[in-house]
Amino acid sequence: MRPRIAKLSLALFSLSILCTPVCFAQDASTAAQLARLQSQIANAQMSADNAWMLVCAALVLMMTGPGLALFYGGLVRRKNVLSVMMQSFAMMAIITVLWALVTYSLAFDSGTSFIGGLHHLFLRGVGLAPDPDYAATLPLQTFMVYQLMFAIITPALITGAFAERMKFSAMAVFLVLWAIFVYSPMAHMVWGKGGLLNAALGGRFPTLDFAGGTVVHVTSGVSALVCAIYLGKRVGYPKEPTPPHSVVLSFIGACMLWVGWFGFNAGSALAAGTLATSAFVNTHFAAAAAALSWGAAEWIRNGKPSALGAISGAVAGLVAITPAAGFVQPMSAIVIGLIAGLFCYFMVIKVKSWFGYDDSLDAFGVHGAGGTLGAILTGVFATSAINPIFKDAHGNALPSGAIDGNWHQVLNQFIGIGLAWIISIVGTLVLLKIVDLVIGLRVTREEEMEGLDITQHGEEGYDYGA
Amino acid sequence: MQKIEAVIQPSKLDAVKDALLEVGIEGMTILEARGHGRQKGHTEFYRGREYTVDLLPKIKLEMVVPDELVEKAVQAIVSSARTGKIGDGKIFLSKIDEAIRIRNDERGASAL
Repeated sequence: MRPRIAKLSLALFSLSILCTPVCFAQDASTAAQLARLQSQIANAQMSADNAWMLVCAALVLMMTGPGLALFYGGLVRRKNVLSVMMQSFAMMAIITVLWALVTYSLAFDSGTSFIGGLHHLFLRGVGLAPDPDYAATLPLQTFMVYQLMFAIITPALITGAFAERMKFSAMAVFLVLWAIFVYSPMAHMVWGKGGLLNAALGGRFPTLDFAGGTVVHVTSGVSALVCAIYLGKRVGYPKEPTPPHSVVLSFIGACMLWVGWFGFNAGSALAAGTLATSAFVNTHFAAAAAALSWGAAEWIRNGKPSALGAISGAVAGLVAITPAAGFVQPMSAIVIGLIAGLFCYFMVIKVKSWFGYDDSLDAFGVHGAGGTLGAILTGVFATSAINPIFKDAHGNALPSGAIDGNWHQVLNQFIGIGLAWIISIVGTLVLLKIVDLVIGLRVTREEEMEGLDITQHGEEGYDYGA
Repeated sequence: MQKIEAVIQPSKLDAVKDALLEVGIEGMTILEARGHGRQKGHTEFYRGREYTVDLLPKIKLEMVVPDELVEKAVQAIVSSARTGKIGDGKIFLSKIDEAIRIRNDERGASAL
């Protein structure tokens, strides 16, 4: 970025010399003029990047509400629609306040290799001046609020695993603890200053994770699996039918997720430059390819391509491209999408019934499985032609992924993925146990039969008599 | 007076209504219903899970008609609602003791 600013300033400077009478006696004033021009150009660039990133932050918030709320809400039975939507919405409120109080600091303050420090508690020192380690052209508060939207959607994704049977109070306490003890360390390791896995800032085991394949999808998906197993099956599962009460709601939600994901992935460039374009294009292509492959698999197996299958495939593709979005070529994105659609289809249709766990809305099958797959494939398809993230001492680009000849990166990806799995399994188990002892996780059998809307919130999603 | 209750395919409602009007039936009540007879229903797939939907959408018509119109009405329904396939529905007849028009307390067949 900086050489470009310099060139631009030089051009403007020469122009100003041509247009105004040259006066050699005024060296001091031309230097001042040059400095002023430079600062104006820097301001202009900051305005451009900031405008884009504020829109991206809003797009990522839209993924949770209403995107995910609708997607999940449609998949449950009618008596539970509000409870599921409310769980997503609660994250928008709770995680936001928590972020200001403590979790932003734990994720992004420079601390140890595993977790951030406490210097930014209560957002102390998080002002409008940029932090060049994170984003040289963004007000730090823009970066902070953008990252907050990721912290919101990640625990919201988990709610799909325990939908239709968890107490609202237990859910809220569990996810607050989860945000502190699972999300914050993982975000710090991959994206924070001094993080063990941080590829951009020289971490010990650089894991390529452009927009949160490990931080968001592996952690939420694997934690979801632990929740599904720990809480046990819904009453009557799998004997009694639990069909989606409105595939229409899910359809609208999935389409909003697709659009919001441009903010999620392209925004992770943290600037409005060419890298954002790469990530945008890859995101779109992978979603389309995965919708096709999931849909095709289903068409072959069931004889009909379903709407729910197509949108589930698209989400799987979006998950898988998330870590890779800013590192791969568009054709690689299509390959990643095609594989992700088939793999997640297999996980959801086959593996879930083999093991018999009740991951109600397939948070693990789509996010855990798709995130893991995507993080591995990022190590395969990442290329320095798109994003020269590794450099030698002279600033020359080093090979990124296996496709560049750097097979070692696949190993690093496995280290990052392995850490995410371990933190998620151990953290979730311990936290669930604590909350189970103190509050109790599940609603009673009677409450579950009556529905969580009435028993947890005292209202109904649809009142046909009104 | 007899009550005719007919459960039919939703797609046949308009044809049945027209046929009943032709034989002189002037009033009826229609309910959107779900049900099944010997018909098995159909299967739906959601993320690989198979659900058998055995309560299918049906239309239920209810009307009370004077005795002399009963057979005509039944024939009108049978001929207009029949597709010949399973799931075409059923007609039930029962005797009615009294009919009362709320507006003017009129009684018997003239209240129909």
